[in-house]
Amino acid sequence: MAVIETQLDTQSESYQNNLKVMTAAVDEIRRIERQVIETARAKAPRYIKRGFIPPRERLSLLLDAGAPFLELSSLAGYMQDEDTDGSGAGGSYIAGIGYIGGVRCVAAVDDYLTKGGSIGPMGGKKRGRMLVIALENKLPMVNLSQSGGGNLKLAGDTFGESGQMFAMQCRLSAAGIPQITVVHGSATAGGAYQPTLSDYLILVRKQSTMYLAGPPLLKAATGEIASDEELGGAEMHSEIAGTNDYIAEDDADGIRIARDVIKKLGWNKNLPIRPEVNYEAPLYPAAELRGIVPEDPKTPFDMREVIARISDGSDFLEFKTDFDNGTLCGHIDIEGQVCGVIGNNSPITARGAAKGAHFIQLCEQSGTPLIFLTNTTGFLVGTEPEQAGIIKHGAKFIQAVTNCTVPKITIIVGGSYGAGNYAMAGRGMAPRFLFAWPRSVVSVMGPAQAGSVLRQVAEAKVLRSGGELNEETTKAIHAMEQETISDMEARSNALANTARVWDDGLIDPADTRAVIAFVLGVCREGDERAGNTSTFGIGRL
Amino acid sequence: MSRITKILIANRGEIAVRVIRTARNLGYRTVAVYSNVDAGALHVGEADQAVCIGPAAIGESYLVGEKILDAAKLTGADAIHPGYGFLSENAEFSKACGAMDIAFIGPPPDAIELMGSKRLSKIAMIEAGVPCIPGYQGLEQSEDTLIAKAAEIGFPLMVKASAGGGGRGMRLVFRQSELAEHIRIARSEAENAFGSGELILERAIVEPRHIEIQVFADEHGKAIFLGERDCSIQRRHQKVVEEAPSPFVDPELRQSMGEAAINAAKACNYCGAGTVEFLVDKDRNFYFLEMNTRLQVEHPVTELITGLDLVEWQLRIASGEELPLAQEDVTLTGHAVEVRLYAEDPRNNFMPQTGTVRLWEYPKRAGLRMDHGIQQGQEVSPFYDPMIAKVIAFGESRPEAIRRLASAVQDTQLLGINNNKLFLQNMLRHNVFERGEATTAFIEQYFIADVSMDQKEPSSATLARAALLFLHRGVDSERDREADWHNPVAAATSYKLAFDSNIQTVSIIDRDDHFEVVTGTEKFKFSLVSFDETECVYIENRVREKIRFSFAGNILYLDDGTGHFILEDVTYQPAKTAGGAGSGQVKAAMDGAIVDVLVEEGDTVEAGQTLVVLEAMKMEHALKAGISGTVMALSCEVGQQVKSKQLLATVEGQ
Repeated sequence: MAVIETQLDTQSESYQNNLKVMTAAVDEIRRIERQVIETARAKAPRYIKRGFIPPRERLSLLLDAGAPFLELSSLAGYMQDEDTDGSGAGGSYIAGIGYIGGVRCVAAVDDYLTKGGSIGPMGGKKRGRMLVIALENKLPMVNLSQSGGGNLKLAGDTFGESGQMFAMQCRLSAAGIPQITVVHGSATAGGAYQPTLSDYLILVRKQSTMYLAGPPLLKAATGEIASDEELGGAEMHSEIAGTNDYIAEDDADGIRIARDVIKKLGWNKNLPIRPEVNYEAPLYPAAELRGIVPEDPKTPFDMREVIARISDGSDFLEFKTDFDNGTLCGHIDIEGQVCGVIGNNSPITARGAAKGAHFIQLCEQSGTPLIFLTNTTGFLVGTEPEQAGIIKHGAKFIQAVTNCTVPKITIIVGGSYGAGNYAMAGRGMAPRFLFAWPRSVVSVMGPAQAGSVLRQVAEAKVLRSGGELNEETTKAIHAMEQETISDMEARSNALANTARVWDDGLIDPADTRAVIAFVLGVCREGDERAGNTSTFGIGRL
Repeated sequence: MSRITKILIANRGEIAVRVIRTARNLGYRTVAVYSNVDAGALHVGEADQAVCIGPAAIGESYLVGEKILDAAKLTGADAIHPGYGFLSENAEFSKACGAMDIAFIGPPPDAIELMGSKRLSKIAMIEAGVPCIPGYQGLEQSEDTLIAKAAEIGFPLMVKASAGGGGRGMRLVFRQSELAEHIRIARSEAENAFGSGELILERAIVEPRHIEIQVFADEHGKAIFLGERDCSIQRRHQKVVEEAPSPFVDPELRQSMGEAAINAAKACNYCGAGTVEFLVDKDRNFYFLEMNTRLQVEHPVTELITGLDLVEWQLRIASGEELPLAQEDVTLTGHAVEVRLYAEDPRNNFMPQTGTVRLWEYPKRAGLRMDHGIQQGQEVSPFYDPMIAKVIAFGESRPEAIRRLASAVQDTQLLGINNNKLFLQNMLRHNVFERGEATTAFIEQYFIADVSMDQKEPSSATLARAALLFLHRGVDSERDREADWHNPVAAATSYKLAFDSNIQTVSIIDRDDHFEVVTGTEKFKFSLVSFDETECVYIENRVREKIRFSFAGNILYLDDGTGHFILEDVTYQPAKTAGGAGSGQVKAAMDGAIVDVLVEEGDTVEAGQTLVVLEAMKMEHALKAGISGTVMALSCEVGQQVKSKQLLATVEGQ
């Protein structure tokens, strides 16, 4: 046992201030989430009257009561595209990992009460991400769908690649990972393929409809006049077309059938039985995690304080403690699951990069999952670092991070800048899960640095073209610098990043241990599971 | 009498267990008998040996003397203890035992026979100088005679079946004009129930107490009494609460009743344990009611205040010993009260209940005795008396005994079967009973509207607790216990809970430091302290409480102090197929030939009724009405070949 002795003084003014600032940032996220829920709730009564269960209630009915549910990307699409007031956060789609009939699944529900359930670019991205999570972690996926389909106004920018989504569904099926879809509303045109490419389909009598062209388009296209029910009603699909597998009498009944189908998969029948592991809680309260990151991002902090609050018994077996202290490596247990952890205490040096690459190889050798705790301004620059071969060592680090096959879980604690983002398993490196803390930043470089670089380039250009730096040109260049800074700040903060699905969600720092433990379990179970893969997925009769 | 070595107990349930206990303590070997459904019962395992004596119905097992004797022969039992009920007061059986040289632990057949007839026993009692209720017990049984005699006795009066017991064949008549009718009903009941229509008439004693004297006689001509038991609280002539001594009886009355009881025993050459029952009016006049020639259900209260083991006495006397004590050596100390725990639902007219005992636990405390014959996991079948256990408490004083007993009943956990726990608890805590003023009219006068018979449906508070239990039961405690991150979804979990066929929606939501439950318009807040398979500890309004429960599938059995409730989670019950336009249409299930048409146009049919029979693939398929209504169109006939999905009949709903 090498227990971390905390240096954090919870009575200090700086801690109290950090705590206050971080708590405000967490509250802001909660406020946005609440706003979405309340906006949707206001619209619910007229749907309830027609027999529709509101989306969140559908989800609650789908999931095992009292079992954990980890909602993902709850702020996807926030203030993006047509979401001008923030009420579209979540992308009209509620999704996450939870238990259905004792089986861990991806559960995804169309939020038809938000923006009419239409799918914008970020909502589409979130949907795609859920399919990836299902595939990578071998999680059955249940969709409760009732969507207005793609946002036609925005489809011009997304259609060319939109087949990806259906391709992913086919791959999931071929990989032996079942998808179950309940169509609660109408599934039209492209929207009809999502349920039909699912392996199990459930339609609701006299409520669901599914067709390539609905009555209005049909009349316009061919002149044929047909009713909703004969064209694509649940009974038609059940009795005549044979597209449907199970007919439900109402919303709740459809969800009941989905649960029954999951239970009948026998999904966990070959899963090894794991002895219950006893583990200790960290010595220091999780709530203190909110007080670690300084208000001013330029002020450094010791990542060991974070490790001390997520590790069982605050135990940390540190690797090469005395060789480049700026890149921390070592082993911890989280709820009895051993993992390697890499954290940043300063910019990554050549020695730090080499150390990190070395440590990753050890984890790969022992099959130990990796946790990245990111707070880096990037790789150190300068003559000395360059001469130390920082580029080759950095490349080696990136090689190791990218190609290691153990589960990688990234937590962006503070800054994630430049190539440091790549080395610390940023989104582009496709870690299995990536979560960010509020107030974190993901950016190519610091906004001030970017502004300064552009200012220097502009000044050089003026001088090169024979101009002079008078009051007028200086003013213009200064304005350009300020715009660069503010623009970059707006597009690199935690809310903007999560809105673009650069992560799987913003988490309360205090929840870090619980979330990591849960996804570690998801990864482990997925990796242990031998799927019944085949070259082709399920083709309907 | 011959030497006894091995005793067969010709009974079941608590009394069999109780007799085995004493027999074993005295070194006798024991044999149990059991019916098919009792194979796993407690008494079977308690005995050294056990013999199956046939099917569940008592008429084919416990009541069949030959089968009992056969079991005795098979196991070499040389004595039979009949317990109470069943063959305990059957003179023929007692004789048959004697014929096989098996000791029948009970009085001689003549005594059983005499006391089995209300008419003859009353005549004998009058001769022996035992006070009897004025009435008519003559041989002449014509209606005219009875009506004439009734006029002499006066009203109100009781018409009783001579062979009766337990309230059957018994009518209370207030007016001359109603008498003939009641005589006819009583006679017919008596004929059906006891095979004899012989009746007696007695003046009705108004609001009497039921007080009985325990007597013992040996074959050496000695008889003593062991004080009285007050069994005044009765429900439809079934005893509910029994106590000793009676709060109403003073030493003088005890002495004179005791002497009368001994006279009664001596008058019939009694031997063994017996009970002489009296009615006592408010002026302390007492009247012979009947003599029970066996061990009584309520004998434990006498045991607790005398310090004696009555079964031990029975065995000693059956072995030919003299009575162990003289009358003057009998002392009564303290107070004892007994209640009978029944698998009966007080909310539903005390309907006997069946089912599996899901949880059976009772307190083991000073001054407490639990005589029972059940085990957790056991079925309570419909074939036998629904009495599950007797809870008996002793105290230095009457209030202490009552207080102990009420708490013991409350703390007894009986889940799986609706029962009378709350009824008993409330009765024991009723001020009229506490004051010792209860007569046989107690329930009618004071207790008829008690909440234990009234709380027919679970309250909102009970439903809220049920939701708390269902929620925690759903959590696999071995998995992700630490999954306590903030969850923006946090929609309430809604349960549809069914009680009988009534479905209530209850929603529960985790508010981090407590659970909020909403049922209808009421809101409850619980903080969970602990939860295991059968116990949940929670805090509500700053008070820490415990609730016991049991789950079986989607069914929750719980008793939160407002009664035993069986609640089913029907949240995920399949919806009934919608009665849409299609369901009135009866279509061919596949290609085939019509082999039968069972209705005609215009017929009224029920949903599920077979209308047409189709033969296809060498199988007959019944095509049924999807809804109830009228057959409006019938478009097929026998012999016709039809295609799959072809419309054969149309039913129009009402």
